[in-house]
Amino acid sequence: MSDAEIKILEKAIEEIWEKACELGLDPFPIHFEIVPATVIYEIGSYALPGRYSHWSFGKAYHKMKLMYDLGLSKLYEVVINTNPAYAFLLEGNSLIQNKMIIAHVIAHVDFFKNNVYFSKTNRRMVDEAVTHAERIREYEFKYGRKTVEEFLDAVLSIQEHINPDLFIREDHAEETERQKPSAPPPGKYDDLFALDAPKREAPAKAEEETGPRRFPPKPEKDLVGFIMKHSPVLEPWQRDIMAMIHEEMEYFVPQLQTKIMNEGWASYWHTRILRELDLTDEEFVEFATLHANVVSPRKGSLNPYYVGFKIFEDIERRWDNPTPEEIEMFGRQPGRGREKIFEVRQLENDISFIRNYLTPQLVEELDLYIFELRDEEEWVITDKTWERVRDQMVADMTNFGFPVIEVLDGDYNGNRELYLRHRYEGIELDLEYAKKTLEYVYKLWGRDVHLETVVDGETLVLHYDGEDHWED
Amino acid sequence: MLVHRHDWSLQRKGYLDQERHKERVREAIRKNLGSIVANESIILSDGKKTIRIPIRSLEEYKFRYDYRKKKHVGQGAGGSRVGEVIGREGEGMGPGRGPGAGDQPGVDYYEAEVEIDEIAKLIFEDLELPYLEEKSKQAVHSRQLRFGEVRKTGILPHLDKRRTLLENMKRMAKETGRAQIGPLRKEDLRFKSWDEEVRYESNAVVIAMMDVSGSMGEFKKYIARSFYFWMVRFLRTKYDNVKVVFITHHTEAKEVTEEQFFTQGESGGTVVSSAYRLALEIIRQRFDPKDWNIYPFHFSDGDNYYSDNDEAVRLADELIATCNLFGYGEIGEEEYAGYRRTSGALLSIFNERLKNKDRFVGVRIDRKEDVYPALKAFFGRRGEHV
Repeated sequence: MSDAEIKILEKAIEEIWEKACELGLDPFPIHFEIVPATVIYEIGSYALPGRYSHWSFGKAYHKMKLMYDLGLSKLYEVVINTNPAYAFLLEGNSLIQNKMIIAHVIAHVDFFKNNVYFSKTNRRMVDEAVTHAERIREYEFKYGRKTVEEFLDAVLSIQEHINPDLFIREDHAEETERQKPSAPPPGKYDDLFALDAPKREAPAKAEEETGPRRFPPKPEKDLVGFIMKHSPVLEPWQRDIMAMIHEEMEYFVPQLQTKIMNEGWASYWHTRILRELDLTDEEFVEFATLHANVVSPRKGSLNPYYVGFKIFEDIERRWDNPTPEEIEMFGRQPGRGREKIFEVRQLENDISFIRNYLTPQLVEELDLYIFELRDEEEWVITDKTWERVRDQMVADMTNFGFPVIEVLDGDYNGNRELYLRHRYEGIELDLEYAKKTLEYVYKLWGRDVHLETVVDGETLVLHYDGEDHWED
Repeated sequence: MLVHRHDWSLQRKGYLDQERHKERVREAIRKNLGSIVANESIILSDGKKTIRIPIRSLEEYKFRYDYRKKKHVGQGAGGSRVGEVIGREGEGMGPGRGPGAGDQPGVDYYEAEVEIDEIAKLIFEDLELPYLEEKSKQAVHSRQLRFGEVRKTGILPHLDKRRTLLENMKRMAKETGRAQIGPLRKEDLRFKSWDEEVRYESNAVVIAMMDVSGSMGEFKKYIARSFYFWMVRFLRTKYDNVKVVFITHHTEAKEVTEEQFFTQGESGGTVVSSAYRLALEIIRQRFDPKDWNIYPFHFSDGDNYYSDNDEAVRLADELIATCNLFGYGEIGEEEYAGYRRTSGALLSIFNERLKNKDRFVGVRIDRKEDVYPALKAFFGRRGEHV
């Protein structure tokens, strides 16, 4: 890109920025950077620049890069949620493509800054990720690349299992309770240790009288955190790596929780902003083509850009022109559409967004349906009832699509074995995968691991002892 | 507002991790060589350079839902109806096609595209040719002419016309300022000159013998075929010139083409000595052991005609005396893998009665997965050889 072109682009950014702020968007400052394809795909596949190394990122990178090389898909931009935010633009975008992308990016950053689910994210995550990467590299140096890699394989297999409810923290009560009896949970040989410290015996007895102490006291959803704190076998460096992965996952959770909204919001605003710029006819056609590419139904699956975009437009329309009933029942005033979508972008996440604003008309218009496998051979549309479609979408997004697994007992069999339970809500686990994942959990916990789930309506417990799998 | 540009040319992380991933693919292949070696898509690849093989061990395992037992929300282009079939299982429908990355735990059925040469390299890593040295010292040398030099003098038949014209043009350009062809002068002339090159070639001949008697079915032939496939490939990496002679036999042996060797129908009884006799005859006529590394291999189900056993053993000993390594593979029934004939079968007879067992390798193959261990048994390292 020539310096002259850069100048033009900088001017365009200024113009779009002004327009965006005028329309009410309120982004962090943004660091724009033009990067070659190899770099944008790298950042895209690692999700953060400077993040630690792992082959699974390399695999994702290879896949994305291949799709690009074959002309199958293209990543025009990557935005990073930090303050100031980073926006990486693909080298070779045309000016009008860049204009649309810049408007899109500004809306993303506005969303990061103002949506309440992001209010607790670390806005210096890039620095943090770089520090993590450095520490992991040091561990690789110290303990061997293969050792660290194998450990990462194990941690990454459960990385989604942290507690995603950032607002519900039983924070300090639990911490202080744990600090008081800082000893590990009762084990088989405690009586022997007790001989050394007879003084402790009294409170221990008192506890027994109040009933068996559970560990953890309540089922624990945060597998990564629990194992990190209580695994009998991990080295300090391993706990440190788990803490880093935990922290990075906490950073990504809000993004996983607001994918449809965030993309919908950005698509809504790039449309609005570009309409207000002075575009030539050719530019407008180019913009419209690109926009149509982004915001169009994909056969067989959901396009979050399209669904989110449609819902935001629909909300705005409904609050601009409320029906007489709505005026009467909810006291809705006409012309409040813009105000309403700003409120939605601040307070909702994908689940509440879909539950509150996906209407029967939208389900019809977006042609949403439920499909399932019939007779083990055909994928068939089985339902178009709008409530069921909506509920299914909500169910799919719960725990961002992952089954809920919780620690029921960290001292199972009185032997510090780990007993996990799948909170079964009608959908069975992929057992093959569950077994393989249990092997990873065993690696982290170091003692027998058990997973309770439901198959064909019956409770099934998978066991793994480091060598063999069995179930009952 | 500023647009930044940085020099990213030293950025290699994605590339490095991609390489690491590839390395893991290779490790996975190495672990699964047993099943890959007898993989139909390789053996029947007919010159294709790459094949796709599923590698399960590279999946990123997680706790996830059973995709097939779950309802999903999809989106049509408008007007979709309940009851409409939108896809068939196994036709790219299903996991992995979900919206975008990270949205759904997709199936990561990792199918690696692998070059056959790459696999060959991994397979051959542990293999080496037994008793190779002693023969290669006596390698045949071949005379070859190579035109490698250009000189200003020479005989006219060796005139290098192209270079001569070029020189002429250069000279004309210098003299007249225009690059064109002018009258030839003696100093323009260029001649090719040649060297006599003595190239040492190592030669190897594989004498592939196969029982085509009534008891050799499809499976047994496939096993033999996949074995020969790798064997010939392997020998080609070690020798410049590898010839393969195909001999089939039932009660009589005859030399056949490769095509016939692998497709010929089966019938009749088994007289193993007939094949060995023909092999010895061919060696005597065409492949002097002084110049050739000879690898006779024989696949059979071991059901030899009993009165032929003495003769078979005698001729086998004779073969062993002329060759580098004599291999015998006894192929069992796929369905009766557990059932092994211990007595009466040729393998046990060879093991008991051969004089020169040093250069004899006998293996038993019951399943496809046994092909790789068999290859290893034939070509595996055997410490210091004599």
